Amino acid sequence: MHDPDPNQGVSQRGNQAAFAEQPAHSGVGELPTPKERFNLRSLMRGDLGFIPVLLTLALITVYFQITTTGVFLQARNLSNLTQQIVVISILSTAAVLVLLLGEIDLSLAAVAQTCAAIMAVLSVYQNWNPWFAILAGLLAGAVIGLMNGFFIAVLRVPSFIVTLAGSIGYAGLLLLVLGRQTTLVVRDPTIRSLAPTYLNPILSWGIPLLLVALYAAGIWFEQRRRTQAGLTTKKPSHLALQIGLVSAIAVVTVLLFQSYQGVPQSVLISLGVIVAFWLILKKTPFGRHLYAVGGNPEAARRAGINVVGMKLIVFVLASTLAALAGIMLTSRSTAVATQISATLLLNAIAAAVIGGVSLFGGRGSVWAVVLGALIIGSLDNGLDLLNQDQSVKAIVQGGVLLLAVTIDAVVRRANPVRSK
Amino acid sequence: MTQGSASVIESRAPEPQTVPRLQLRGIHKSFGGVQALQNVDFEVYSGEVVGLVGDNGAGKSTLIKVMSGAYIPDEGEILIDNQPVTIASPQDSTRLGIETVYQDLALCDNLDVVANLWLGREAYRDVIPGVLRVLDETEMERRTTEVLKTLDVRIPSVRQPVAALSGGQRQCIAVAKTILRQPKVVLLDEPTAALGVAQTRQVLNLIRRLREQGLAVVVISHNLHDVFEVTDRVIVMRLGQRSTTFNTRTTNPEQVVAAITGAEYRNVSTSDAEEL
Repeated sequence: MHDPDPNQGVSQRGNQAAFAEQPAHSGVGELPTPKERFNLRSLMRGDLGFIPVLLTLALITVYFQITTTGVFLQARNLSNLTQQIVVISILSTAAVLVLLLGEIDLSLAAVAQTCAAIMAVLSVYQNWNPWFAILAGLLAGAVIGLMNGFFIAVLRVPSFIVTLAGSIGYAGLLLLVLGRQTTLVVRDPTIRSLAPTYLNPILSWGIPLLLVALYAAGIWFEQRRRTQAGLTTKKPSHLALQIGLVSAIAVVTVLLFQSYQGVPQSVLISLGVIVAFWLILKKTPFGRHLYAVGGNPEAARRAGINVVGMKLIVFVLASTLAALAGIMLTSRSTAVATQISATLLLNAIAAAVIGGVSLFGGRGSVWAVVLGALIIGSLDNGLDLLNQDQSVKAIVQGGVLLLAVTIDAVVRRANPVRSK
Repeated sequence: MTQGSASVIESRAPEPQTVPRLQLRGIHKSFGGVQALQNVDFEVYSGEVVGLVGDNGAGKSTLIKVMSGAYIPDEGEILIDNQPVTIASPQDSTRLGIETVYQDLALCDNLDVVANLWLGREAYRDVIPGVLRVLDETEMERRTTEVLKTLDVRIPSVRQPVAALSGGQRQCIAVAKTILRQPKVVLLDEPTAALGVAQTRQVLNLIRRLREQGLAVVVISHNLHDVFEVTDRVIVMRLGQRSTTFNTRTTNPEQVVAAITGAEYRNVSTSDAEEL
């Protein structure tokens, strides 16, 4: 998954520090002309900033491939693996939105499960139409998000506290909704089929190829406009490589899925969410303003951006996405439980951070989710294949998370963004 | 874009003009019992750079804030091109063509130069008219390059995050951001503070460019060296009043320092003021 977002590779550490050290580079003011310059270091900071994370993923893959004697990379296992990370991916996308704003949402997992429970109860006890039940679950997410957002944006209570309190409160709401039952089995075939369905070959090939074609067309169109406007353009070979890489990834992925049972619907849904939010963040004023608020709220406010409104919208979006994640989780496990998964929330935030999203706001891409979720999912899946105990899994996961983020921090410090 | 303002006036050394671009008359402002400004007059002409100097607490920041709409004066009138105007908020000030660049610059470090310049006023392109519109990056980048060229601001790439720029370049970007709005008056608060030699030169060069574009520029600065390098007139504030006005070309820093600290140079300075 190639990420053209230039913000992704930017150093995450203190803006102030970067500014304070400026005078050391006083010579740069005299550069000849404004002109694009590509070299390895700028690529590491920009387009290729995800390379260390990719290497980590490759290492994990190689290790499990050897230790599981080839089971890990089998089509069946990879198909399972990608379906296992659907929930984390969607939840992590929600986390990315909130993190980009410079806030945090600790209630995502609780919201996911509570909204799923609302959907389940409406479907099982009230016999609602499954689509209305799903819609009600999503709407519940939006309302919860609005509530979180109101306290955070309007009353300016720190998001950490609001969502921490929220996660406790929503857990209580979950118990209330489910009544005395500890698990509620969902029998509705529509809801149950959301996650475990595989697409037929026509859609399996058609949808990804259509997306790749649109991507290529978009790049070509932009290149043409830039040429007409007399701006610097990328080399055609560079663009061909970019399009070729994306096409190759798409084709290999679909081939892999097809050699098992086809493209899982749930994977397509989570990828759809990621692509949609990537486009929103990159191409719309909303996305631009989101990065601005995360980078410098005061500058954003002075530029006329409605910071309070932005925060409200983002928390509503995040909780709605969390509800979607909860619904997918319910569909996969065919039931909702009163017990909220302890690792779900932290895995979602960890996936975002591993992928390079800053905890301090304004930096990172939604594509971070794919790499982060793949790393977390691979560890989980691989250790399961090795029949490791939960204790070992937890220790290894913690260690690798720390390692990935440390590598990331060290590499980015070695390539300070301000040096040119 | 700037073409409009570019063609207004091309004179490097400003001729004495009859109508000031921005004029303040008899401004009073007090905070509680403290008289921050007492009967202050101020004027800046098109194509002129005025240095506003004074000791801490002399009232120069208050005066700037009156012009930028952050403070509302208790008494006095504000005129733009001889027309009385009311500035009750920063929005009013911006609408009237007065742009202020504060010391904190208000840039988003994580965004690139183009995004910063257009923040809050992005150019759009309709994908599906009336339904879906997206950022017009090409147009914004083209015009950014144009503006930076006009102002002779040199940066490695307009697609670079602002965090990667030097202090001087950042200052220039902050100023260029205001130029996109085609202002009449630009107020610069300590534009060269904390900058190195080369960067200071870059910013001073930019200020000269603004003058060439026919803008009225007001520079607050503690650095008299910079003030003498770039201004046409120096207005000294002292104890909430406008104490002296100097013509930069016919004065020397010692006289200005004396006016700032209140030493007796009144004879010399008054005659200088009359020369204008």
